[in-house]
Amino acid sequence: MRAKAVVIGLVALAIALIPFVLSDYHRSQGADVAVYAMAILGLNVVTGYTGQISIGHGAFMALGGYTTAILTHDHGWNDIATLPIALIVGFVAGVIVGVPALRFHGAYLALLTFAFALAVPQVAKNYSHFTGGTEGLALPTHSGLWLYGVGWACVAVIYVFTWYLLRGRTGRAFRATRDSAVAAASSGVSLAVYKTFAFGVSAAFAAVAGSIYVLVNNFVNPDVFGLTLSLYILIGAVVAGLGSLWGILVGAAFVQLLPIGLTSSNVISAEGVPVLFGAIVILVMALVPRGSAEVLGIVLGLPNRIRSSHDSSTPHSLEAR
Amino acid sequence: MSAYSRFLVPLFLVGCAIFLLIGSLQSALFAQLTVSGLANGGIYASLAVALVLIYRATQVINFAQGAIATFTTYIAWQLMTWGMSYWAAFFLTLGIAFVGGTLLELITIRPVERRGNILTVVIATLGVLILVEGSVGWIWGAEIRFMPSAFPARFIHVRGVAFSLQDLGTIGISVASVVILWVLFRFTKVGLAMRAAAFRPEAARLVGVRVSWMLSLGWGLAAVLGAVAGMMAAASPSVLLQPNMMDGVLIYAFAAAVLGGLESPAGAVVAGLLIGAMLNLLGSYVSWVTPQLLLPTAFVLMLVVLLVKPSGLFGRTQVRRV
Repeated sequence: MRAKAVVIGLVALAIALIPFVLSDYHRSQGADVAVYAMAILGLNVVTGYTGQISIGHGAFMALGGYTTAILTHDHGWNDIATLPIALIVGFVAGVIVGVPALRFHGAYLALLTFAFALAVPQVAKNYSHFTGGTEGLALPTHSGLWLYGVGWACVAVIYVFTWYLLRGRTGRAFRATRDSAVAAASSGVSLAVYKTFAFGVSAAFAAVAGSIYVLVNNFVNPDVFGLTLSLYILIGAVVAGLGSLWGILVGAAFVQLLPIGLTSSNVISAEGVPVLFGAIVILVMALVPRGSAEVLGIVLGLPNRIRSSHDSSTPHSLEAR
Repeated sequence: MSAYSRFLVPLFLVGCAIFLLIGSLQSALFAQLTVSGLANGGIYASLAVALVLIYRATQVINFAQGAIATFTTYIAWQLMTWGMSYWAAFFLTLGIAFVGGTLLELITIRPVERRGNILTVVIATLGVLILVEGSVGWIWGAEIRFMPSAFPARFIHVRGVAFSLQDLGTIGISVASVVILWVLFRFTKVGLAMRAAAFRPEAARLVGVRVSWMLSLGWGLAAVLGAVAGMMAAASPSVLLQPNMMDGVLIYAFAAAVLGGLESPAGAVVAGLLIGAMLNLLGSYVSWVTPQLLLPTAFVLMLVVLLVKPSGLFGRTQVRRV
């Protein structure tokens, strides 16, 4: 227990100190890592803990991003003040998606969220008087340090909140719905309430991630939130490990920093990155389906409870329909 | 419920057919839109049948189906750029697609399937999507290419209505490829083995069917159908040959597969043609349905079908508790 606290403290300290040795450009890249960390954390809550797959988290990011963009651009809001609004918008949207999602399992839910991820940017393109269409909306610029600070502060708040949420009653209910819906329902866990709630929380995190994302880019248009973004969040969550909070930072750093590192050092060209990512996803699924959390758990010798409790995230819980 | 829904579906289909027929007899524009919509629908139908093929065998939706189609279409384009004639390139591509699809299942899906579950296999197919679409961009670049068509850009006039040969040819080829597949499944020994492997894997294994080989074979055939859809789509005016060209088409194919019941190839064909025709008419006659809103419309359609009649038009109803 103490070792765990020390590790967490050291990681937090490192994240707090890193910006002071980085250039301002690298700080904003660090803020992008925070964006992915939030989105991956959100996806992990719904997919890793309640077993509902979502390939559409880029769409929730789009909702958050457009909330921030429209409020600051058209209504002159302070950008920090838009973050709680984005959170609420995301939560409501997640609940709205979560209700029909109750009726779908496995493959069907994957299908619908995939289509959702492709449909939302099209809707944004269509109502261009509101969203700026393909030309997009410009946002105020910020220093890399500001973005880094705000981004990682949000991650810290969300992370602690998720940790509290998942260690108690709610977390148990989430895992119970994932592992055996029948057993959960017969123990008095309301599947509808918890599954919908998980979707809401998950989408709320993604929406805040979207807000920070557009602030980092200081620009938003529908193509920013294309299918690639949703897939990258999924890659991050897969690398991080579904059903565990340990690997989130690894997953986020992986999707954001690895491509930059590899292309700037000329190991592969920018076009080669998706090829590598695709291959890695398949390899992870074939070798360590629980991602870096599994690897970290083995390396750090974490209590077996943490590792084995997620074994059940696999077979019987996620039947096809 | 089943008592009247047995008549509801045929009634609905006959209603749609009558609507399209009467509309086409009334207006030349309507007839043209219907035919070009059916051409799009043929493309959706072949891709949807490819999805159904894999879904029936493994209960997995193959998200990489569109990307595989794009890849094979680029192969066809490359062969033609090297000077091969259209039909030689077409059939050579189908052969390459078959081998490629089979190998892809062998290399990427089988190792995951061995110890995984539905979720890990679905994520693996998304990995294949990223890999294959990325490879297209890596090999051929992101710029838009021009895909030649098998059919001359001419029109035939029937009672004042101009039908484009391109559209008619697309419908013909899509339907023909699905029919050939049906014949293969219905009348050959391999087809019987494949149906057995999909329907009762354990029993099939007991009577000597190599179930895992049948799954690879299924991926190969699905890739062939995808290649047909891709080559037809890239030659149509609405789709441009670029690495992500099938992303949108895949959603329409999903909608077709779901409307058809996800387990029924015939349902996928009928639903694909229907969706193609209806979306084309909707986009032209209803002013607020802009081209951008067609894809969200397909999403809403899919959602409504799954909420109201999850077994689709042709599917069997399954009971599942909790």
